[in-house]
Amino acid sequence: MTRWERFKDNDIVWSFLSSPGAMIAAAITVISILACLFAPLIAPFDPFDPSQISLWDGKLPPAWSDGGQPQYLLGTDNQGRDMLSTILYGGRLSILVGLAAVCLGMVLGVTLGVISGYVGGVTDAVIMRIADVQLTIPGILLAILINGVGRAFLPLELRQEFAVYVVIIAIGLTDWPQFARVARGATMVEANKEYVQAARIIGLPAWLIMIRHVLPNTLRPVLVIATIGLALAIIAEATLSFLGQGIPPTTPSLGTLIRVGNEYLFSGLWWITFFPAIALVVLVFAVNLLGDWMRDALNPKLR
Amino acid sequence: MQFTKLLAVSAMALTVASPALAENVLRWTSQGDALTMDPHSQNEGPTIAMNGQIYESLVTRDADLNLQPELAESWEAGPDGWTFKLRQGVKFHDGSEFNAEDVAFSFERAKHEASDYKEQAKNVTSVEIIDDYTVKLTTDGPNPILPNQLTSIYMMDKGWSEANNVVAPQDFKAKEETYAVRNANGTGPFTLVSRAPDELTVLARNGDWWGEGMFPGNIDKIEYRPITNAATRVAALLSGEVDFVLDPPLQDVKRIEGSDGLGVKTVAQIRSIFFGMDQGVDKLRSSNVDGNPFKDVRVREAFNLAIDKDAIQRVVMEGLSFPTGMITPPGVLGNTPENDPAYAYDPERAKALLAEAGYPEGFSIQLDCPNNRYNNDEKICQAAVAMLARVGVEVNLDAIPKAQHFPKIQKRESDFYMLGWGVPTLDSHYVFSYLLDGEGSWNATGYNNALVNETTDAITTEIDIAKRTQMIEDAWTQIKADMPYVPIHHQVLAWGISDKVDIPISADDAFRPRFAVMK
Repeated sequence: MTRWERFKDNDIVWSFLSSPGAMIAAAITVISILACLFAPLIAPFDPFDPSQISLWDGKLPPAWSDGGQPQYLLGTDNQGRDMLSTILYGGRLSILVGLAAVCLGMVLGVTLGVISGYVGGVTDAVIMRIADVQLTIPGILLAILINGVGRAFLPLELRQEFAVYVVIIAIGLTDWPQFARVARGATMVEANKEYVQAARIIGLPAWLIMIRHVLPNTLRPVLVIATIGLALAIIAEATLSFLGQGIPPTTPSLGTLIRVGNEYLFSGLWWITFFPAIALVVLVFAVNLLGDWMRDALNPKLR
Repeated sequence: MQFTKLLAVSAMALTVASPALAENVLRWTSQGDALTMDPHSQNEGPTIAMNGQIYESLVTRDADLNLQPELAESWEAGPDGWTFKLRQGVKFHDGSEFNAEDVAFSFERAKHEASDYKEQAKNVTSVEIIDDYTVKLTTDGPNPILPNQLTSIYMMDKGWSEANNVVAPQDFKAKEETYAVRNANGTGPFTLVSRAPDELTVLARNGDWWGEGMFPGNIDKIEYRPITNAATRVAALLSGEVDFVLDPPLQDVKRIEGSDGLGVKTVAQIRSIFFGMDQGVDKLRSSNVDGNPFKDVRVREAFNLAIDKDAIQRVVMEGLSFPTGMITPPGVLGNTPENDPAYAYDPERAKALLAEAGYPEGFSIQLDCPNNRYNNDEKICQAAVAMLARVGVEVNLDAIPKAQHFPKIQKRESDFYMLGWGVPTLDSHYVFSYLLDGEGSWNATGYNNALVNETTDAITTEIDIAKRTQMIEDAWTQIKADMPYVPIHHQVLAWGISDKVDIPISADDAFRPRFAVMK
């Protein structure tokens, strides 16, 4: 058997190759992420460089409609920024915030979850009750709260600069209970298996067992949650920004772009809000589909 | 058949009865509520306009901003003050009589430490009661423009204020709550029915008003419901939920004009928008260069030449502004066709001037900007950032709510800031004393010019009108050359109004319901 055939025979790869939905979703996700990451190379303009913007080019419609100009494919916004470039740069910010927030939530959640599941007893009860309480509060409300408190603590002149980090922390702190629950469940299953007992008998310290033996075996379900969580985090960032609580308009994310464009809906400048919204929907939908497929593929019971 | 007849009869009965039954209710909205109903607590446009429907002053302005008698019927100047003949038979809403004692009391109240009308009221050093319906307002030397300075000093009832323990104005900064904050007892055409701040304020016609029958207005009831979100405000007008929007967003003006049953009225507002540059400090707080580039008039000129006022007018303001080279608009004594034209847009020359001044690579600076005060304020600032970047000046924009922005200016803590200035007195003295006099309380530019300072003082007592006007114009010519500010434009007001009602627009952005006619 060639290497390729052996690779193809792998369960997960086989499941991937036989699911066109997953392949399309993966393709869209990868393309969008690449496009956004390499935005400075692909985008025709740098929307964050004020000297490249001319106000006289403001509010131009997409290139194919009356009054549009060929160099601005998707039109320009109210400041004269090229929409396509702004969406690429904005998408980059959205994806980065989403990834960072999920990583933060994952690290926090998995750590607490594994400790909770392995140690048990009072520690378990305290951690999981906190998680339960937090889950009763709608995520976006909590994110607005954390975001608001975070901003209030920053001095005025640093607020814009640190807005991105505050948003990441707000979303990350909102996310962790999901990860904690899943990691705890998986840990409890693993903790009673023979290999863990064996490790305990030979006298390995608890932290080493958790990191080296338990943690790797809990990662499959965590990965699924993380993928779906990425889509949710991108949505959460867009929601915060749409409400004017997130990324400032000087360096807009997709949510900020949609908010700014929303002010112009009544006046017929539909493209300022429409294209960023489409970009957001496609991106989130693709990531979500990918997460769904991953959950099915990684769950032996559903196969 | 019988039934249709009956219907027809009752329909007729309804039409006949309707003039007596139907109430003309005007529902309107704008972005923010009046801050308080206490007429001496906050000197702020929307607050003055709201209270002006309930309270009245001695002298007022009509929709065209001409001076008109209100609670005073006539007045004349003397060498040390003005004598006012009061209108007789005027009653407050609670039924008590309005007389000279209330005038003396109201000026005393407006001069109180907690009052926000101290600057205007202190032009009157004392109020002498000559008889029940004659008062003499004594001034420090001759004051040619005193009536202009009285239009927003409202008259309160002495007895009512004493009975309700509101002899002193509400201390707004200390968040004081008094009886006068949610209750009002004026002499005006409308009485306060109910008040829920930021939600709903209901006013009803005062049948006993002295001006009943003298004004065209036929509104019986006013419901004011502030709506913060601009798009929601427009939607409320489009759906017929309100009859009048004071401040529709400029980009939606065309849409409102094109809608059936709606119209837009525009007028040049008595308000100019500009940037201030602090030339007073030795080192700028937010810049990457040592010293203060703004001390050099060439740098200030470069900033003026770098801003494309026409582009801001066309793209940001949708044409609803007048680019200018002055910080006070036509209509105010002192604005002249010679000084009003904007500085040319010339980025090449701006670059050359910066190089000459020793900044060939430009420098960096922070621009402080409000984001909820003027028409498209933040968007104008964003546009300016891009324009200044083209001549090499790197501007960091900090756009914040007005409640945090204005204290920065009054404390003189900003290097470079946006400000707008309206002129209720329609006289340049108001602009000089606040914005250009070396000690002006809103002059954060550090501009301190002997001629301008002298003029500010001299024109308060100069009664030769031609000479006074010449002094004012000479000062403006000096200012035009010194360029302490970067003037952008004079604002244009646009009111969105339903065809069901005819409301004359006023350049001071105040809604005057006594002239509003429901059809």
